[in-house]
Amino acid sequence: MTEILINSLIILFIAVGVFFILVTAIGLIRLPDVYSRAHAASKSATLGVMSILIGVFLHFWLIEGNFNPRIILGIVFLFITGPVGGHMMAKAAYFSGVPLAKETVRDDMAPLVDREATKKEQL
Amino acid sequence: MTMFLWICVGILSFSLVGFLYRLMKGPSTPDRVIALDSIGVGLITLVGLFSILFDSPFFLEVILLLAIIAYIGTVAFSKFTEKGVIIENDRDTHK
Repeated sequence: MTEILINSLIILFIAVGVFFILVTAIGLIRLPDVYSRAHAASKSATLGVMSILIGVFLHFWLIEGNFNPRIILGIVFLFITGPVGGHMMAKAAYFSGVPLAKETVRDDMAPLVDREATKKEQL
Repeated sequence: MTMFLWICVGILSFSLVGFLYRLMKGPSTPDRVIALDSIGVGLITLVGLFSILFDSPFFLEVILLLAIIAYIGTVAFSKFTEKGVIIENDRDTHK
């Protein structure tokens, strides 16, 4: 009985994680510009990988019986660095002059940054 | 349980093909770097599932290594596309 409960808990976590990774793939293929793709890749990929690693951790802890703190370390590291990496990449894309999608309705950075000047300066 | 895990491995491999599509087609460099970061994340999930399937906790160091290398790669590429240098020696680059 306990085995069935533990297995269904692990299956729930892994299924949620796989769903979010699949959502990431669909977002990376279908979204129109680099900023929305960075949004898809940083948020949902981080949530998916954290959920799958929680499932792996529960499997090794509750079924195999070894408490494995390295997975916890990996979860915390991914939770910190996933969104930070996505943010840095989107910032670099903005300052190196990657164009926004046609559907964009608002660009709050535009009055502050002269993107054409930075682009020419770099070239 | 094993059947479910193999189906999950199949779905994740399908997602990796999607990331590879964006890595090859991506119109700009940041697109490719974001796809590379996502490939790192997909590989981490695959390693986790394989460590359950093969019943060994020895794959779990690979998770930490892949996470660190993917993050350092993303940061280095973003510094490079933004400023053209990775490590700034001059403190007055912002003006």
